[in-house]
Amino acid sequence: MYRYDDFDRAFLAERNAQFRAQVARRLDGSLTEDEFKPLRLMNGVYLQLHAYMLRVAIPYGTLSSDQMRVLADLAQRWDKGYGHFTTRQNIQYNWPKLVDIPDMLDRLSDVGLHAIQTSGNTIRNVTADHFAGAAADEVADPRPYAELLRQWSTDHPEFQFLPRKFKIAVTGAPNDRAVTRAHDIGLVLKERDGQLGFEVLVGGGLGRTPMIGKTVRDFLPEADLLPYCEAIVSVYNRLGRRDNKFKARIKITVHETGLDEIRRQVEERFAELRPLFDGTALQVLDDLKAQFAPPAFADSTDAPVVDPLLRSWVDTNTAGHKRADHAIVTVSLKAHGATPGDATAEQMRLMADLAEAHAYGELRISHEQNVILPHVPRAALPALHARLREAGLGTANVGLASDIIACPGMDYCALATARSIPVAQQIAERIDALKIEHEVGHLKIKISGCINACGHHHVGHIGILGLDRAGVENYQITLGGDGSERAAIGERAGPGFAYDAIVPAIERLILAYLDLREGPDDTFLDAYRRLGPAPFKAALYPEEAQDAA
Amino acid sequence: MSRNRPFTPKVVTANLLREGDVVYLTAAGDWSPDHSAAELLTEAEHANDRLALAEAQPLRVVGAYLADARPGPDGRPEPVHFREGFRATGPSNYAHGKAHEVQ
Ligand code: SF4
Repeated sequence: MYRYDDFDRAFLAERNAQFRAQVARRLDGSLTEDEFKPLRLMNGVYLQLHAYMLRVAIPYGTLSSDQMRVLADLAQRWDKGYGHFTTRQNIQYNWPKLVDIPDMLDRLSDVGLHAIQTSGNTIRNVTADHFAGAAADEVADPRPYAELLRQWSTDHPEFQFLPRKFKIAVTGAPNDRAVTRAHDIGLVLKERDGQLGFEVLVGGGLGRTPMIGKTVRDFLPEADLLPYCEAIVSVYNRLGRRDNKFKARIKITVHETGLDEIRRQVEERFAELRPLFDGTALQVLDDLKAQFAPPAFADSTDAPVVDPLLRSWVDTNTAGHKRADHAIVTVSLKAHGATPGDATAEQMRLMADLAEAHAYGELRISHEQNVILPHVPRAALPALHARLREAGLGTANVGLASDIIACPGMDYCALATARSIPVAQQIAERIDALKIEHEVGHLKIKISGCINACGHHHVGHIGILGLDRAGVENYQITLGGDGSERAAIGERAGPGFAYDAIVPAIERLILAYLDLREGPDDTFLDAYRRLGPAPFKAALYPEEAQDAA
Repeated sequence: MSRNRPFTPKVVTANLLREGDVVYLTAAGDWSPDHSAAELLTEAEHANDRLALAEAQPLRVVGAYLADARPGPDGRPEPVHFREGFRATGPSNYAHGKAHEVQ
């Protein structure tokens, strides 16, 4: 894991002291709200529907046990005892008082965490595959590159006032768990002729105008990562539209300018920038690779899995580790009826302790709002499961229909047009009551509370978008979206559903799929791709189907 | 659209600067966490005056605005739009927003 050096510590201390003084000046009236707002946003402080919200970056989703304990401390001391893990691998506190936030930031800095660039038109927290460094299918660990990008982009003087926010995701595996194709820049590590490099995707994004990223460079040698990314952001900074907020993201720039012309300009700028990068970044990268070296794995053996609950949990919540005697464990933050992505301070502490006891002290946050213990010796699985179950963290539903991504929606977010959390809670409870989710199998349901699509609904196999229709909540369904390496934007199924009709609609859809599929291996997405939308629409809108018959 | 459309009654709402809590301007000129304690403003000019009063308190509140409201059964204001309803009662997933503080 990355360890802060003296430079990082001094930088953070100075930045926090600056913000403490800015808060004091706002409170004594020396700064107006108009002057203060951009300053607080630069430090991750929003004013939301009910209260302030502090968004803390979890770089590439990686945490140590000590860092997780500090996140728990913040929840307990300065919030209401819980935190919300987001689809960008961050954590949000929903109830901090402005007067307390400087203390919260200081506490975070004790363990090398911060809230810098979690808002504003800057390069945001760089996200990565949550199985990084552990996955059996990985070419190389993407996190040294993500950390290099974090260092390069933090306070980068040229990129503090981009046309719009800018998000970068990195994966080191061919199975894309980082949704790289829905990011402003997506980086996919590849090996070619014994050399590491990246396929560079550009112009992906969800929101109002969803687009799948396009390949701007087929293979970029790893040594060129920074100058090439700088070239992309620099071209975007120049071409990106500042006249219209809805057309300001790079996806629109790429769409309007054309990929070939963007590529030409990026390559031209890259040729200028490359000589300016001396070897320093490469030395840093070497050093980072050493810091992200895998832990000293101890040999393990398979523990007998007799208990059916344990068996079910091992089947759904563990994934293949690069070492056969270890497993990647996903701790579900989606107990049926719970708020997706929320964890209490006690749960965070328990996960930190369990990571220390059984997983070399490392945790990850996934964009799917779960917590990962990336390196668990297989012999520890029964003990781990037992402790998780006691704390309400043993739900065996990862990748299943109740493992729902949901943004905060109208329960917290000032931009929302409808609620998402209670819709997720009710769908999960209904699925649990029907006892069908293990039979249904792999199914991703994603819910956003407005067109900004933080809940990734466009890439849900079933996507739900909450809207305000004449002062009433209304939910639009999209079908066939996919956030993986086969990325696709879901298609709108038809008219939206009222709040009390959306859960029954999803139930009809899932039951129809069970009737339509060819067998358990025929997943919802496969069946949708094979059959097209018609039979699914017929389930969603039975009256119209009857009229047409 | 008619120029003489009747004025939709309003309340002045904001967040406390230091704490962030949602509050409403009362007839006495105080801030209350309770929507039903707000002054129901039935005339445009008066509503704008009360908003100006709120905006003149930058050390007390932040983000003041006029929100649509209507008289409830007891004549006290209640929110019109569901967004303001959630602001008044707190989030629906936990009973720890204002919901239980107000009641
Ligand atoms: S999708 Fe909309 S409602 Fe949901 S968190 Fe994003 S901005 Fe808020």
